[in-house]
Amino acid sequence: MTDKPKVAFYWCASCGGCEESVVDLAEKVLDVVAAVDIVFWPVALDFKTKDVEAMADGSIVATFINGAIRSTEQEEMAHLLRRKSQVIIAFGACSHMGGVPGLANLSDCEGMLATAYRDSPSLVNPGGVMPQTRYQENGWAVSLPALYDTVRTLDQVIDVDYYVPGCAPTPALLAKAVETLLSGNLPPKGTVLAPDIALCDECPRKASKPEKLEISVFRRPHEVLLNEEECLLAQGVLCMGPATRAGCEAVCVKGNMPCTGCFGPTSRVKDQGAKALSAFASTVASNDGAEIERIVGAIADPVGTLYRYGLPASILRRRYVAGS
Amino acid sequence: MSETTTTTGATTERFEPKIVAFFCNWCTYLAADLAGVSRIKYSPNIRTIRLMCSGRVDPQFVLDAFAKGADGVLIGGCHPGDCHYESGNYKTLRRFHLLRATLRALGIEDERFRLEWLSASEADPLKVAVNDMVERLRALGPLNVQVPEEAFAEVGEEVAVP
Repeated sequence: MTDKPKVAFYWCASCGGCEESVVDLAEKVLDVVAAVDIVFWPVALDFKTKDVEAMADGSIVATFINGAIRSTEQEEMAHLLRRKSQVIIAFGACSHMGGVPGLANLSDCEGMLATAYRDSPSLVNPGGVMPQTRYQENGWAVSLPALYDTVRTLDQVIDVDYYVPGCAPTPALLAKAVETLLSGNLPPKGTVLAPDIALCDECPRKASKPEKLEISVFRRPHEVLLNEEECLLAQGVLCMGPATRAGCEAVCVKGNMPCTGCFGPTSRVKDQGAKALSAFASTVASNDGAEIERIVGAIADPVGTLYRYGLPASILRRRYVAGS
Repeated sequence: MSETTTTTGATTERFEPKIVAFFCNWCTYLAADLAGVSRIKYSPNIRTIRLMCSGRVDPQFVLDAFAKGADGVLIGGCHPGDCHYESGNYKTLRRFHLLRATLRALGIEDERFRLEWLSASEADPLKVAVNDMVERLRALGPLNVQVPEEAFAEVGEEVAVP
């Protein structure tokens, strides 16, 4: 073994996009590989859990974990990697705030499995087979991880040192995070490694944002031909920019699509959705209760819009069912 | 929970909802003050928090109240047109409708989140509004927002062991 710093990557409840952003470092990935020794990376390298178990506690300098925690296996791995690592980095929106998988908190395990294995119209499952955590056949007993009713962020399960936000984090942000970690000049624990200011600040359309926003119709992006230079909020499209941390260089807005909030809130905000709600609602161009209700009623899915990446990290964390 | 004695003499537990009330300094808080000095009796289920304007009620405050055990949240402000800061109550009204729709999607019933316009002289309407809200919440029962950690500990017992 070399004496280069040891680094690990792991994935939990995620789509693989975060792994992709590591690969998207392109030739820069060679600089990373030259500077560190990757000791565990299930998506790319053939190391097993037992290899990690065999390492001395604290022997990994930094572990990047992407994905939310929704299964027993993910929880176990998070604890194992925490023990073996000096620094844990929550990498990407899912481990940072729950991400899109976190919207499962609008349902529970039973409801989710019923949709996926029983109720979907496109489903073919004549035997009504449902996933089990234990199964026996010919004297062999096999087991699978169990799913929790509630999806959690990484820091709701283990102690997290730093966060790299984004769905997925941009390669530039990752390169900068690695650079920061290798420099030895570490920021305070708990820092989100991105600028602590709203996205509007680095938005190329900033100058076109009117002094006073007034919206009488909220439109979804597919319902309107969007002007490519005007502030998206001024066009009635819900852009999460005002409630979202900068650092992505406004890639979605540059693609003429509104920000959906994947970088999470700035450090002064506890609940990104509540702040976005506050900002959007106050722009409604009416003082009449019934009309206001009609205008905000056009927001078809308020939770999916305001908390697309952050329901598990929000103040209420999930949907509650009366009497349960 | 308070104890009440029924006609048969047996004691039963009656659900006492906890309501966090955000009242504006210029109207509704004065209405509550007037109710006090006028010795108007109403259900003691509200915990009043005075703010300079109902427009100061950040939606985060409402979520925080529910997360920390409130069964209901009541916002009281000046009547439309009467806001001390001209338009604070209109901002409240707009946020109220979107927040209520969001809470509904998170399983929190409409009755649990209420907005009332009450001027400084309206001590009696305040009494009516509070009593009505308490009755509605009593019929609904407690809001079961759980402390997440406890919920996880319960699920954790079913962990599959390899």
